[in-house]
Amino acid sequence: MNMTHQKVWTVCTIVLLALIPFALSGYQTSLATLMLIYALLAMSIDIMAGYTGRTPLCHGAIFGVATYVVMYYVTSAGGNPWVGMLLGIGLAALVSLVFALLAVRTSGVYFLLLTLALGMVIWGVCQRWTSVTGGENGLRGAVRPDWLVDPSRFYYFVLAVGLVATLIMWRFVQSPFGLSLKGIRESESRMKSLGYHSTRHLIIGFVFSGVMAGVAGVLYALFNSFVSPSSVALAQSVKGLLMAIIGGVGTLFGGVVGAAVIIILENVVSSFTERWSMVLGVLFVLTMIFAPEGIVGKLRSIKWSRKGSK
Amino acid sequence: MSFTLFQILNGLTFAALLFLVASGFTLIFGLMRIVNLAHGAMYLMGGYVAYAVATQFDSFVLGLVAGAVATALMGLVEQSLLRFANGVELRQVLMTLGLALIIDDSALVIFGGDTFSMPTPDILKGPLEVFGMAYPRYRLFVLLVGIIIFILLWLLMNRSRLGALIRAGVDDAETVEALGVNIRKVFIFTFMLGMALAGIAGALGGAFLSLYPSADSEILVYSLAVVIIGGRGSLGGAAVGSLTVSMLSTFGQVWFPELSYFVIFGPMALLLAFRPTGLFGRPQ
Repeated sequence: MNMTHQKVWTVCTIVLLALIPFALSGYQTSLATLMLIYALLAMSIDIMAGYTGRTPLCHGAIFGVATYVVMYYVTSAGGNPWVGMLLGIGLAALVSLVFALLAVRTSGVYFLLLTLALGMVIWGVCQRWTSVTGGENGLRGAVRPDWLVDPSRFYYFVLAVGLVATLIMWRFVQSPFGLSLKGIRESESRMKSLGYHSTRHLIIGFVFSGVMAGVAGVLYALFNSFVSPSSVALAQSVKGLLMAIIGGVGTLFGGVVGAAVIIILENVVSSFTERWSMVLGVLFVLTMIFAPEGIVGKLRSIKWSRKGSK
Repeated sequence: MSFTLFQILNGLTFAALLFLVASGFTLIFGLMRIVNLAHGAMYLMGGYVAYAVATQFDSFVLGLVAGAVATALMGLVEQSLLRFANGVELRQVLMTLGLALIIDDSALVIFGGDTFSMPTPDILKGPLEVFGMAYPRYRLFVLLVGIIIFILLWLLMNRSRLGALIRAGVDDAETVEALGVNIRKVFIFTFMLGMALAGIAGALGGAFLSLYPSADSEILVYSLAVVIIGGRGSLGGAAVGSLTVSMLSTFGQVWFPELSYFVIFGPMALLLAFRPTGLFGRPQ
């Protein structure tokens, strides 16, 4: 894919996304909003899974922490939503720093397990610390600032934030620092012997991806006006990871494709059956068997093999 | 004093149950490098099957056997599915995650969201005098089963040819295969054994922890902690890990009810920072 080609694609996608509130119904626009939020989460997961080679299962929890902070700060403490959003992203960064310090020395399956366990701690705390989190009942209330109440304006707000965040993530993975993460993915020992402080690089990568998950989480608070322990549960991390995988691990933009596929599918499936979680499970198993490299990854590999045969 | 003793007994019985789940988990992890995230779902499935059979035929033992057989067969199905992952660890883990979602949702369809308790036989009902205080007989029975299964597993692992093969497989599966052993058979056996243990645990736990839709992820997280603390593939590690986790959890719930998760996972994280392979695990 050459540069002009890529630019055309990017511009087309952005124009299409910008037209959504005009072309689609209010309900479909809100689905598109949700899709953009999850696309951010999926991309933040892809930074870990695709670029550092460490698949996390805790990003749903980091995402949920940011959601909880906004909901608590605005509804229970009566604070300003913008401050709440900053605090949410801040706490997401702090939580991911703690997780990073504990987890980055492991890799592979151990990393997955450890992040799963850490994510469960967050879930346990949200479930039991009822005086702050409201326990099973969760927290409810309108937290959107006044000028974002209009759904299509909110859509554009999410789109703008999403585009800026995507651009930052894109710059991040393309930067020399992002390349050093890729190097660690390929061979940590070699990067170490080249003089890189691999642990420090991984911690920075983790915190960066946690901040992005936090951005998605605060947007989700504004979108949903409700948070409960199920927002921080393992299922949330699993959903985000599946989006990243279906889109294609290590492709960054695959996250957008994956989020679109899953959100649309969830909506279609839920309209005629309650067995969404089973469908998600089947999807997971089938993806792992037939297309572990994901949609964008598959398209790329087809492209490569065509080029090779020419 | 008797309160503390009561809590210690609670911790011990919970440890016995955890050991049943975690021993299978750790053996599968150690031998096949498969982290079976469907293990909690298997526990729940074993419990539900045992409950259904036990109430149908009014027999606790029959229920227990049915639970173990059902999960062992399910293990066989899972094993054959996992072969599609071509031994790529992450693909396997994510597949087991998908399977866990499928099993859980099926259980929800069949049994609904209600809480069930496995019926216990009359001999195991009521309290028993222990050191001058009354303690539920059934929980002591679970403790006894846990100890018996630990001994049996220990004998299997350390005194039988099969155990020697499994231990050799944990260290280096390729070399064992090169020596002319059909390691696949050993794999399948271990997998089914681990699943059956999870099923038995579900049946036993179903009577005192009761069965409900999220019971599986709770037990899964506890067994993860056990394996991370004890180390991959080590039976002794699973026993020590179970004791540690269950004691921390029991006393954590008494002393710091809102933070009981921290009490378990704090020490786990600290241990991991200094010994990434767990107490008894060997570096790869």
